[in-house]
Amino acid sequence: MSDVIIQGPNVAHTHDAHADHHGHEHHEQHFITKYIFSQDHKIIAKQFLITGIIWAIIGALMSVFFRLQLGFPDQTFPIMETFLGEWAKGGKLNPEFYYALVTMHGTILVFFVLTAGLSGTFANLLIPLQIGARDMASPFMNMLSYWFFFIASVFMFVSLFVQTGPASGGWTTYPPLSALKEASLGSGIGMDLWLISMALFVVSSLLGGLNYISTILNMRTKGMTMTRMPLTIWALFFTAVLGVLSFPVLLSGFVLLIFDRNFGTSFYLSEIFIGGKALPHVGGSAILYQHLFWFLGHPEVYIIMLPGMGMASEVLSNHSRKPIFGYTAMIISLIGITVLAFLVWAHHMFVTGMSPFLGSVFVLLTLLIAVPSAVKVFNWLTTIWRGNIRFTVPMMFALGFVSLFISGGLTGIFLGNSALDIHLHDTYFVIAHFHIVMGVSAFFGMFAGIYHWFPKMFGRFMNNTLGYIHFFLTFAGAYLIFWPMHYEGIAGMPRRYYDYSAWESFKQFNDLNAFISIAAILVFFAQLLFVVNFFVSIFRGRKMTTKNPWGSPTLEWTTPINAGHGNWEGDIPEVHRWPYDYKDDGNGNDFIPQTVPLKPGEEAH
Amino acid sequence: MSGLLTIALIILVFVIIYQIAKASEYATILRGEEKINARVNRTMAWLLVVFFFLGLYGIWLCHDALIDKMLPVSASNHGVEYDSMLLVTLIVTGIVFFLTQTILFWFAFRYQSTEKRSSFFYAHNNKLELIWTTIPAIAMACLVAVGLRNWGRMTGAAPSNAAVVEIVGKQFNWIIRYPGKDGVLGKKDFRKINDANNVLGLDWTDKDNLDDVVAQNGELHLVVNKPVSLVIGSRDVIHDVGLAHFRMKMDAVPGITTTMWFTPTITTAKMKEITGNKDFVYEISCDQMCGKGHYSMRGTIIVETQAEYDAWMAKQQTYYASANPPAATPAPAAEGAAQPEQKTDSVKAITMK
Repeated sequence: MSDVIIQGPNVAHTHDAHADHHGHEHHEQHFITKYIFSQDHKIIAKQFLITGIIWAIIGALMSVFFRLQLGFPDQTFPIMETFLGEWAKGGKLNPEFYYALVTMHGTILVFFVLTAGLSGTFANLLIPLQIGARDMASPFMNMLSYWFFFIASVFMFVSLFVQTGPASGGWTTYPPLSALKEASLGSGIGMDLWLISMALFVVSSLLGGLNYISTILNMRTKGMTMTRMPLTIWALFFTAVLGVLSFPVLLSGFVLLIFDRNFGTSFYLSEIFIGGKALPHVGGSAILYQHLFWFLGHPEVYIIMLPGMGMASEVLSNHSRKPIFGYTAMIISLIGITVLAFLVWAHHMFVTGMSPFLGSVFVLLTLLIAVPSAVKVFNWLTTIWRGNIRFTVPMMFALGFVSLFISGGLTGIFLGNSALDIHLHDTYFVIAHFHIVMGVSAFFGMFAGIYHWFPKMFGRFMNNTLGYIHFFLTFAGAYLIFWPMHYEGIAGMPRRYYDYSAWESFKQFNDLNAFISIAAILVFFAQLLFVVNFFVSIFRGRKMTTKNPWGSPTLEWTTPINAGHGNWEGDIPEVHRWPYDYKDDGNGNDFIPQTVPLKPGEEAH
Repeated sequence: MSGLLTIALIILVFVIIYQIAKASEYATILRGEEKINARVNRTMAWLLVVFFFLGLYGIWLCHDALIDKMLPVSASNHGVEYDSMLLVTLIVTGIVFFLTQTILFWFAFRYQSTEKRSSFFYAHNNKLELIWTTIPAIAMACLVAVGLRNWGRMTGAAPSNAAVVEIVGKQFNWIIRYPGKDGVLGKKDFRKINDANNVLGLDWTDKDNLDDVVAQNGELHLVVNKPVSLVIGSRDVIHDVGLAHFRMKMDAVPGITTTMWFTPTITTAKMKEITGNKDFVYEISCDQMCGKGHYSMRGTIIVETQAEYDAWMAKQQTYYASANPPAATPAPAAEGAAQPEQKTDSVKAITMK
């Protein structure tokens, strides 16, 4: 049995201290350094994933509560009182807390699950493994990144229990609503905790992002040129770039908001009469906050989408036993999306009174994004064309990802066009659009990734039958919930309403709202199937018997099952070819690993 | 009790599904993986096809059930343009949707793994890439062109004969101000706001204010076929004037004034006939989250003929008159309004001592 050679900067000396002929047991770390304050990227990935799953359950449960209110506004649900206490006295949700739930659902899902839980998990897991590095550029910073996220989580969790309730101004927390304690209960201490939590979250995101970028640029193994990197790595790279460039702007927006809230400044406040008196603030601009927020807010949706795109590319190619079609075009389209992501933020603000001319510019730039997105979709379709498709669970989710990305992407063309947005803005059409594309579709990319790389993470497989049930229930459920919402949106039904019964224009949708609520609750329980499958499979799943169960050419499958810190026993692998060589290797295999040198006369891709 | 039963039932269903799943996993191992995988693969390919056709049927069912509940014909000039543009965009995206989804499910089924099949090594084709970069670019250019033309018309300057009406949002209702006979809205200052007798903070030293009419019941009267320019403001947080029947929307932002103009083309009475709903009313919905009462921030619009409007307007008292009941003539009353302020100042001065 060969010794594990660990070259991570912080563990190297402990290795040197032991003679080479000693066995593994001498390297056993204490439980705390191995599983809690771990600097192993694989453990940190699992920490992000499990924290993300816990947040996802909380966030989804919140949606169950507010969907009960929306679907059945005239009924009471005593079970809500069990969970929410005073906020749902007699089983009837309080409007203040309805808005708190909506706000928290958005914040948790967008930031804690689909940013930290998604790119935190897969950037950590895949970057070192797929580029052939023993760990991140700075494992210590990587550990800090998780723990900042953890502290941010604690603050956000605590805010759920304060007496005036958590932040309730929507996940975008527009001032003056979020700036003035008089404007809403949730703008009290709950909002302060929200801001502290989000500031810590930004720190976590930056520590992680800088690490991902420097690892990808500097720590690729011999032969791993940029154009031999799997598309997952390209996608995670641009995700990190987006985060590093836009999160600081969000933080600046938050800092100004903290000042307005607590120190009497007037960055966002002007000419306000509230709570029976005129406030002294003059000269601020409420719209400034929206510019700062959406300068992150829009790149944020690509921070959520890109990892899913990368993983779907990888999974579609692998399980079709075919190279990804148009590798270079896929990279160029990622670059296109990344650049455009910074130039379209104001399409969230067409009706704020912003200059119509400026609006026109943003319309043009926004609809340009359809071009790289279309290229990606057509390339995915061509990837499965004439493939040899194995419908494994990850493949099902990757196909679902493409289907949902098309559905949700197309409705973006409506909203990006200001002359349509002027009616559709802030209606259920928006809800339907972004839930399908950056909600469910991104989740499908994540699920594809989890089912695909679960064996790499835990040395075991997840249960397939449960996986298939999970897939079909979620896929069908997602369309059942969000497809009809487009109709409500085109009919002008505004979002973030607690009750529509008093509205002559919208009350005809009461039955539909009940239908959507029932579908949403069923889908929530279907997700619990996944949670059970995930946690039980960690301990009792079918064991991996071979290193490379999916027949994948990429490097992560050359590491031993349940690899220790350092990933490879012996030397790190050398790379000789691109990551999508799905062709006959002459020995009856339909793929050639990246570590295999080119045969004489064989052309590199 | 029923709650407990539901939870018990849910747990039971979970256990059953889990046990079945586990059993099928054991069966896989017993029967040999290769064989069962081929069967599962075929089943999944078929299930995806079934999903696709059920999905199409579902889309039809959904459309059939909801089409009667949609908005009636647009009641404004801009709305007509919006409706036609929505249709064009729906057709373009609809074609792409059905085409790509069909291809996706068709390829998935057609190229399912079989023993005989091997995949076709096909890494790139620049011509294809060029085609599907260019076509979406052209399609987008067309949609942008239509959009910007409409956008320009909607947000361009209002016609010179447009009526001016102010609408101000506050938590949680709308205040409406008509400029009165002079057609000019007078100055206001948020420091002068007083919920008892000056809800908008009108400056009584500005004579333009004296004939302004203020409605606090959120009811906006408009004349059919006459352009109207809404001057939009907010007293506290951001609101949004959402006019679904006119297909228009604009934020109300504290500290700045926004505007929106359109021409209502169908009277409320006519719309009651069109919709066959005698309770029909044009509603103003707040479309920007503004606090706990956001969902109840409702205003209404009455679109009527010029004659009806004039008759209604003749009955309205100026806000100045209703807010300052003892006032005889405008000029001395203006001074009277300034007096209470002085009084409060002196009271303050006394307590300061």
